[in-house]
Amino acid sequence: MGALGLIIRREYKARVTNRSFIIMTFLSPLIVVGMIFLITYLTQVNEAGKRTIVVVDESGLFYKDFESTESIDYVDLSPAGLTVAKDQVEDNNYFGLLYIPANIKINTSGVRFYGNEVPGFATLESIENQISAKLTNEKLLDRGVDLDMIDESTTSVSVSIEDFEGERTSKISNWIKAGFGGGAGYLLMMFIIIYGNMVMRSVIEEKTNRIIEVIISSVKPFKLMMGKILGTTLAGITQFMIWLIIGGGLLICLTLYLGLDPETAKTPVGNMAATDLDKIELILLDILRLPLLKLAGFFLIYFIGGYFLYSSIYAAIGAAVDSETDTQQFMLPIIMPLMLAIYVGFFAVIDNPDGSVATTFSMIPLTSPIVMLMRIPFGVPWWQLVLSIGILVGSFLFTVWFGSKIYRVGILMYGKKPTYKEILKWIRY
Amino acid sequence: MIDYFLKRVSKIIFYWLTKYIIRSLLALIISISLNFISFSMTNLLVADNIHKKYGNYTALNNLSISIPKGSIFGLLGPNGAGKTTLIRIINQITIPDSGNVLLDGEPLNAKHIANIGYMPEERGLYKSMKVGEQVIYLARLKGLSKAEAKERSLYWFERLGMLSWWNKKIQELSKGQAQKVQFIVTVLHQPKLLIFDEPFSGFDPINASLIKDEILKLRDDGATILFSTHRMESVEQMCDHIALINKSNKILDGKLSDIKRDYRTQTYEVGIETIDDSRSSLENLEKILLPEMAAHWEVTPANFKTINENDLKMIVKIPQELKSKDLLLYLSNKGSINHFVEVIPTVNDIFIQTINAD
Repeated sequence: MGALGLIIRREYKARVTNRSFIIMTFLSPLIVVGMIFLITYLTQVNEAGKRTIVVVDESGLFYKDFESTESIDYVDLSPAGLTVAKDQVEDNNYFGLLYIPANIKINTSGVRFYGNEVPGFATLESIENQISAKLTNEKLLDRGVDLDMIDESTTSVSVSIEDFEGERTSKISNWIKAGFGGGAGYLLMMFIIIYGNMVMRSVIEEKTNRIIEVIISSVKPFKLMMGKILGTTLAGITQFMIWLIIGGGLLICLTLYLGLDPETAKTPVGNMAATDLDKIELILLDILRLPLLKLAGFFLIYFIGGYFLYSSIYAAIGAAVDSETDTQQFMLPIIMPLMLAIYVGFFAVIDNPDGSVATTFSMIPLTSPIVMLMRIPFGVPWWQLVLSIGILVGSFLFTVWFGSKIYRVGILMYGKKPTYKEILKWIRY
Repeated sequence: MIDYFLKRVSKIIFYWLTKYIIRSLLALIISISLNFISFSMTNLLVADNIHKKYGNYTALNNLSISIPKGSIFGLLGPNGAGKTTLIRIINQITIPDSGNVLLDGEPLNAKHIANIGYMPEERGLYKSMKVGEQVIYLARLKGLSKAEAKERSLYWFERLGMLSWWNKKIQELSKGQAQKVQFIVTVLHQPKLLIFDEPFSGFDPINASLIKDEILKLRDDGATILFSTHRMESVEQMCDHIALINKSNKILDGKLSDIKRDYRTQTYEVGIETIDDSRSSLENLEKILLPEMAAHWEVTPANFKTINENDLKMIVKIPQELKSKDLLLYLSNKGSINHFVEVIPTVNDIFIQTINAD
């Protein structure tokens, strides 16, 4: 086995047998799954409590129209009058009171909601919608318009989107694509931060242990750096795999055991989709229609390229300092582009995947892995992919060269906190 | 016209060709003879005109040393003189700006890593790795096979009585124990050249002498040892050659016995006793003899240990043209000489004297 293989194996073993690594590996999925169920449970508890809203309608137009729903009971106390109703609400500890004045048709600003708690956005909106719909209808009736005619002539249109190669998409499928891209980008960022830090710590450890001089009298610093990055990456992949297996297993077990429906934990959009069988089919079709193989391939390329690019910077930082507390000043150039990439991804790419902002940032090597990963599901011209990967590979090679220069000098420097200027000087050594 | 021109051109070409051939032949001869010289002098390591700058700071200034095969070579110098830089260059950790290093007559290259064992001054091992595993790992990085590495490390562990540490982690060992592990790591791959930077620091006297004996044995088995230290008494005991570096320059270099001879000052410790062996006669001797001698030579009363209480003790420095027998002849007429030793300069004296003079 060559020296590189030996170093990778040692690095991997050192990471994997580390106590905190083992604890994190087995505890994190438990924590995450626990959190998911806690949130699910809390959401359900939240929804379970039915609220009662008292309606005092002086206009006499609405009391029939407020139909009680799953979460809200409407009680009509119009005959009792506002003062009595208010007392009732307080006595019975109801959620609130909706007051509609008599002159509602002329002046719409008199509607009031009384309550100790502010009603939720959805509740308020549903009340407002019901009142305005009723008022619109009343006004139409006053002008002698037949409401049935309006109902009959109302038409719903859904635009289906198709590109020039005949590939169909829909709004939902756009969301799915954004989800795929966003997930991949986010995963990469997490991976870079967690395992890049691990590479850095392992370099610092060798420096503080002073073993570095013994090692680099046996192997070239470049090999040591590559061995470290690769060994730590393998350890990271192992950890990710274990997380996937344990997390998935736990999620399935808990779902079966508690009989919870994971759909309820989803956003309202998911909820709506879940109720509609046609839409589920459409989503499944959309997922199958995504170029999964292409996605996986590019995910791998950008994942590896981006991760190596960043971890060689991390390794260089580790070599430049004496202890982890000294790394703060050098963290900015790592965290900034990562954050920028995530923001650009979630705003510019989802808004306009082929816009100039998204395109530019998918070329800059420090942001391209994340931004491009988010763009790929929407379809990217091949020349852009080639250019972006070319730039990424080129800058990866440059960073490794640059990083190993800093590494070579830095690992033997002890006792002083280096500045950026000093590090630039090391390149010439 | 054309004829003339062709003639000129061919003449020029011929002239340059011969010049080039002669020049390359000369270079070949020189390099062969240089190699031959370095072999015939049996130097294991030759560092030739090494120059190294860090930014504006010159760490080594055109420094040359030669380390004879099978010797213990002491590399001495005050802190910051450039010793560690030189050692790192030999280890190929840093590259010199100019000059070259030959190991066994060959320019230093990657395969020489296996021929060098280096114990840095700042010791270091992986703290949470098991001792045995770590020794094998480091030996394999030097090119040993797994089986070889295991066999040899077991041999060394047994030899130094460390077998029970095999499965312990470094952090469970004491500093001295970890140093012994480091020593094994340095010698395990049986390198031709061993470099020890302060090998005895951190050892108790028993372990220090154990390691000293091991180093001497390695030398006897054919290894060449480069040894950098501030402990002059161990240089005195062990080194055959020394080089003294100060402020990036070599200021002294050679066989230890030759250097001592160069630094010899014709100074002698003398203990002399009067014939009649009484207290008063000692005082008499002091009153008469000391001024008489002081007229010719540098004499200082001294207080070294002898068995005879009634000796008049002094240190005498005689001029270069005289020999010790001249002093003895003179003294033998004055009383019986119980103590007569040449004061040989210690490495410590030489060190201080040379550095201060520089």
